[in-house]
Amino acid sequence: MEFYVQLLISGLVLGSIYALVALGFAIIYKSTSVVNFAQGEFLMVGAYFCFSMVVQYQVPWLWAFLITMVFSVVLALLVERLVLRPMIGEPVISIIMVTIGLSSVLRSVVTAVWGTQIKTYDPPLFPDTPINLAGIPISQVYLWSFGLSIVLLVLFGLFFKYTKAGIAMRATAFSNQVALSMGISVKRIFALAWCISLVVSSIGGILIGNINGINIALGHFGLKVFPAVILGGLDSILGAAVGGIIIGVLENFSDGLLKTWFGLQGIKEVAPFVFLVIILMVKPYGLFGTEEIERV
Amino acid sequence: MLKVNNIEVVYNDVILVLKGLSLECEEGKITTLLGANGAGKSTTLKAISGLLKSEEGEVTEGTIEFNGERINGKDPEEIVRMGIFQCMEGRRVFEDLTAHENLLCGAYTRKDKAGVRRDLDLVYDFFPRLRERRNQLAGYLSGGEQQMLAIGRALMARPQLMLLDEPSLGLAPLLVKEIFSIIQKINEEEKTTILLVEQNANLALKVATYGYIMENGKVVLDGPSEKLRENEDVKEFYLGVGESGHKRSFKNAKHYKRRKRWLS
Repeated sequence: MEFYVQLLISGLVLGSIYALVALGFAIIYKSTSVVNFAQGEFLMVGAYFCFSMVVQYQVPWLWAFLITMVFSVVLALLVERLVLRPMIGEPVISIIMVTIGLSSVLRSVVTAVWGTQIKTYDPPLFPDTPINLAGIPISQVYLWSFGLSIVLLVLFGLFFKYTKAGIAMRATAFSNQVALSMGISVKRIFALAWCISLVVSSIGGILIGNINGINIALGHFGLKVFPAVILGGLDSILGAAVGGIIIGVLENFSDGLLKTWFGLQGIKEVAPFVFLVIILMVKPYGLFGTEEIERV
Repeated sequence: MLKVNNIEVVYNDVILVLKGLSLECEEGKITTLLGANGAGKSTTLKAISGLLKSEEGEVTEGTIEFNGERINGKDPEEIVRMGIFQCMEGRRVFEDLTAHENLLCGAYTRKDKAGVRRDLDLVYDFFPRLRERRNQLAGYLSGGEQQMLAIGRALMARPQLMLLDEPSLGLAPLLVKEIFSIIQKINEEEKTTILLVEQNANLALKVATYGYIMENGKVVLDGPSEKLRENEDVKEFYLGVGESGHKRSFKNAKHYKRRKRWLS
């Protein structure tokens, strides 16, 4: 029994981090209609940058965290301004290729600067001692990661629903031109979308880095978030959250169960994509994706 | 208040759409701009509001002045802040946002929160139907309600000059009347200057004080609306009334007999 509970818990934690990254992905897609294939690399860059701060420069965690956030914002503004703004109005496939190129560049920069060895945060962000919850030991990093992700997801949910900037972002997502006619600065909205997206990705990177260690494979996270985003519906914030958690739990369960029952290894890597195919067959718009509104 | 002076608009660097168009809007009045499809009416409005930029269009010659300040070449958000708000053709509400959120978007450039709240009430008083449906997604509103929402959204910006692009498009005659009476009310009660682009020449000339008629990117005729309504060419080609004052029937229409001369 405890085994299953453990599976569920680590699934939830992994899922909540997926949800964060999926949120970052969905924000960019929704407001700028760019499919960002470099999402995972941004997460990786954030994780490595924070590693540099904490381990190489011995900055206290709180400050390291904040500096990483500032770094993400700067990186986002640079990428948006230099790489993506010139691409506005170009065909979708060109923009996708640009983000793929961006992901390669980021990966090689990371390899050049930090090498390929796996790194760990030392000291870790959260204490090592596990906490007993109803008799089941859970490591603190899991609890904190889950809590932090959920809080961020709720905050962003409220942001999009109630703040002026949030509503303007959704309006821009619906139509750039009409948003322009409202006096909304679409350029600024795009920049804001990239900032939010990179900040949440970096947070995801730091959390996952605390759980699994930091290496170049973190970049694959970006791809694994796809099933989550598609399950939730490409352009839905709530969908990204729910999709991320569902995919995390499913992935963990299929991995754990197949391993103990049939001795199959490595299912973890492919499970999300199996679900991806199934989702696309059953619900192409995802759980919460916008279906075209049609008045009859 | 608004002075469009001899402008030329080119799309994609090659297609010349407006060829030396001039018009003026007087403060506190409704001015109408009439013309057939493709005459360049919407382009004129987009040139004023700066939205041309998003369609690869450009004002290459002439000037547009608003309260004495040159505005061509400015970004649309700047022009909105200066007090010009365009209500685009075909309603164009944000379908995935609720009616209420749509209205808030209209007030995006405003800083006075109390004023925005007051204007929300004002808009809901103008259009009680919107108050009932404030929390529904705008995409599910009926065509008439969407048009009301589009006009309400424009009101929320508290513009000095409102550019309305075919507010009657695709609406039932009764609704068209309702929308027009509200346009008149907005003009009278809120003192908003309005530049109205319309296909429904009859109604437009009734609410407006001054009218311009466009053809092929130029103004061919202008004058006070009463005078335009009496003009033989306008009667013939826009109001569908023949020389004798009777309604023309296609059966005995001899179009070739009368050429457009545009003599005022």
